Amino acid sequence: MNAKRADKLATGILYAVAALVVIILVALLGYILVQGVPEISWHFLTSPALAFEAGGGIGIQLFNSFYLLILALVISLPISLGAGIYLNEYASKNTITGLIRTTIEILSSLPSVVVGLFGYLFFVVQFKLGFSILSGAFALTVFNLPILTRSIEEALANIPDSQREAGYALGLSRWETVTKIVVPAALPSIITGVVLSAGRIFGEAAALIYTAGQSAPALDFSNWNPFDISSPLSPLRPAETLAVHIWKINSEGIMPDAKAVSAGASAVLIIAVLLFNFLARWLGKRLYKHLTAE
Amino acid sequence: MQNENMETTQRNIMHFDPKAHEIALSTEDLRVFYGQSEAISEGDLQFERYKISSLIGPSGSGKSTFLRSLNRMNDRIATVKGKIMYRGLDINSDEVDVYEMRRHIGMVFQRPNPFAKSIYENIAFALRQRGLNDKHKLDEIVETSLRQAAMWDQVKDDLNKSALALSGGQQQRLCIARAIAVKPDILLLDEPASALDPVSTSQVEDTLLELKQNYTIIIVTHNMQQASRISDYTAFFNLGKVLEYAETGDIFTNPKVDLTNDYISGNFG
Amino acid sequence: MDKIRASLLKKSVASKIERRGKIISLSCLALIILVVFLIFYFVASRGLATFFQNHINLWSFLSGIQWNPGTLGTNGQPAVGALPMIVGSFLITICSALLATPFAIGTAVFMTEISPRRGARILRPVTELLVGIPSVVYGFIGLQVVVPFVRNTFGGSGYGILSGTFVLFVMILPTVTSMSADALNAVPRYYREASLALGATRWQTIYKVVLRAAIPGMLTAVVFGMARAFGEALAVQMVIGNATLLPHNLVSPASTLTSILTMGIGNTVMGSLQNNALWSLAMILLLMSLFFNLVIRYIGRKGKLNNER
Repeated sequence: MNAKRADKLATGILYAVAALVVIILVALLGYILVQGVPEISWHFLTSPALAFEAGGGIGIQLFNSFYLLILALVISLPISLGAGIYLNEYASKNTITGLIRTTIEILSSLPSVVVGLFGYLFFVVQFKLGFSILSGAFALTVFNLPILTRSIEEALANIPDSQREAGYALGLSRWETVTKIVVPAALPSIITGVVLSAGRIFGEAAALIYTAGQSAPALDFSNWNPFDISSPLSPLRPAETLAVHIWKINSEGIMPDAKAVSAGASAVLIIAVLLFNFLARWLGKRLYKHLTAE
Repeated sequence: MQNENMETTQRNIMHFDPKAHEIALSTEDLRVFYGQSEAISEGDLQFERYKISSLIGPSGSGKSTFLRSLNRMNDRIATVKGKIMYRGLDINSDEVDVYEMRRHIGMVFQRPNPFAKSIYENIAFALRQRGLNDKHKLDEIVETSLRQAAMWDQVKDDLNKSALALSGGQQQRLCIARAIAVKPDILLLDEPASALDPVSTSQVEDTLLELKQNYTIIIVTHNMQQASRISDYTAFFNLGKVLEYAETGDIFTNPKVDLTNDYISGNFG
Repeated sequence: MDKIRASLLKKSVASKIERRGKIISLSCLALIILVVFLIFYFVASRGLATFFQNHINLWSFLSGIQWNPGTLGTNGQPAVGALPMIVGSFLITICSALLATPFAIGTAVFMTEISPRRGARILRPVTELLVGIPSVVYGFIGLQVVVPFVRNTFGGSGYGILSGTFVLFVMILPTVTSMSADALNAVPRYYREASLALGATRWQTIYKVVLRAAIPGMLTAVVFGMARAFGEALAVQMVIGNATLLPHNLVSPASTLTSILTMGIGNTVMGSLQNNALWSLAMILLLMSLFFNLVIRYIGRKGKLNNER
């Protein structure tokens, strides 16, 4: 076979492979949306789940997902910011720093089920937090820390050194320069990183089934006292999230309309992840524009 | 040893008479290393108060490294040995607080590096960090600094606009304004006009001549016309050594060292 | 005396802020490192108890094929043979990687070499989006689409290694594709130009120059995908059938380390052999994740050496 024909053939095959992959991926998205979107209604999004009969919603699970997401971000963002700052601004290039980076990489590559099991041993059992929002938020924090640290470190590394020098030359300390000049300048990419990690947290289930638990007790949405166990804000109540809910009803199989509920819930998850993605891009661009020009 | 003797014969370095001149800053046996390699091997200069001194020399001669060592911007990048005397103190030692020192010895860089903040904030920021929160006082300092940098009239209505929207020349003058807002004693400038067009360059030069009344200025430049136009003293650097240091008029009309002559007449560099 | 001189000798506010900031940021970093050590310590302390407290023989744990920790096996020992799960995990990991690699690399080549414009406008956003799809969604689709498909096509219940492989294939495809595309993009443009200038066709250039240069990066992508497949829990658990039997074929119910872990941890009592044995499975998972990490680092280092030559 001559080279020209081989070239044509290979190009054809590559077209076919790429097309096939696109078809698979689009079919996947399409399937979820086609199956799920018709299930979504105001009732579905706001009413509590029913275990043994059809017609339940995902209201509490949806609330739990957002509450856990916010708590996890509130805990993990400052820690990641500190760690990212140290790694990019203070750490010298030596073996110890290399080892630290490796350790963080190992953490980011741990299967989320292992993180969940650790959370179960450490937060649920050792610290007696039980299956609770708090345990779940801590587990998600562990899961999120390495990713966020890495993205913050990268964002900081992209700010040119001339910005730092400008701060030092004015007699500002390294810390002041980083927190007041470098971090604000890196804010667009930091925000993008945070929102993308939020998408991952939102869909995470394996780290939560043994930390935040698999039950969603009824909540009294008129009670906003965080110390009351039936309050939505109570950090010590068990909290099944949307992703855990999908897993649960599919593996238990007692809910009669499990398929419809899962389809709807999956669609909600996907739409949320899509929104997080667009939000990340949009916010990043917006902030960047805001910083560079009026 | 022998080598050293040979070279000293070729050097011609002015020393001020302390009775007739006030010395703002001086270095004694300054040596700078990047890892193993030596970037400055003989740096021994005195800078007179309220004068402009330029450092010239071919690229790689160590003039920028020397300048950046003066307010310890090289601390984490290179090893600096020797003494830098300022107000009777060796500021290259641990007993001197490096952040406080830099408030008195400010610096402007080769490329304009305004913060990604408003014009006003670029100047007010460092002052606020040091506890100055009085709005009137800040307004006043912002205005005087911008006036001194000869750009008040151009930006007085746009103080809240992003500094990144300014032109290169304006950005550099903003950086100068920012540096003088903290009221330093000495201003170090590292080729401040190299990234600018001729018009902006002459504006920056005018600014410097204006500032000379209140500041001791040390400037690195690759532009010999610039050195001869604005500076009182000129030091010629080559291969990490100061070969000649004299009044600018002398060095340009009557250089004592052959290499200086070659350089300023454009034969190398 | 000179006021400036005096201020130079005092510790400035900036110095104090600097000290505090450095301590704060270092503690954040230390906390993360501490978490990693805690994870290893806690999982290992439970996982090793099987061998040190319950005196299960390590070899019989790894090679035994009966898993029913509450009862005694045929050899009179507690039935804690983890081989079915280990085999299951490796089987679906390898199968899904084998299936995904040609598709991923083909697509990556298409989006970087054949049609970069369409690649950047359609393929890249789509793959990046799919990386973010939650694994339970993949599990749900597996349950609704893949399992019935396998059942109707190959017989059996539909649950098993094959369904798990298909689900993982789709799951890791976006990751492997986008990482491979990064690897291909990192090949300098002049490699291609040099080859094309010598009269090579596009395919010859891709095959003989670009792909070769990108081998370390693409290997990393594949290993990364395998690590993800090996550690994936819920999506696999939903479609594999969770029978702790050595898989005899690809369509009979089987199990993986992760699937048995997610099923079991909640149903056993802390400190019992049943529970400890599960933690031993988690420890294997942890060690494998460490192993994948080492492989990726090894490839990275070799790739660097090759490029420097």
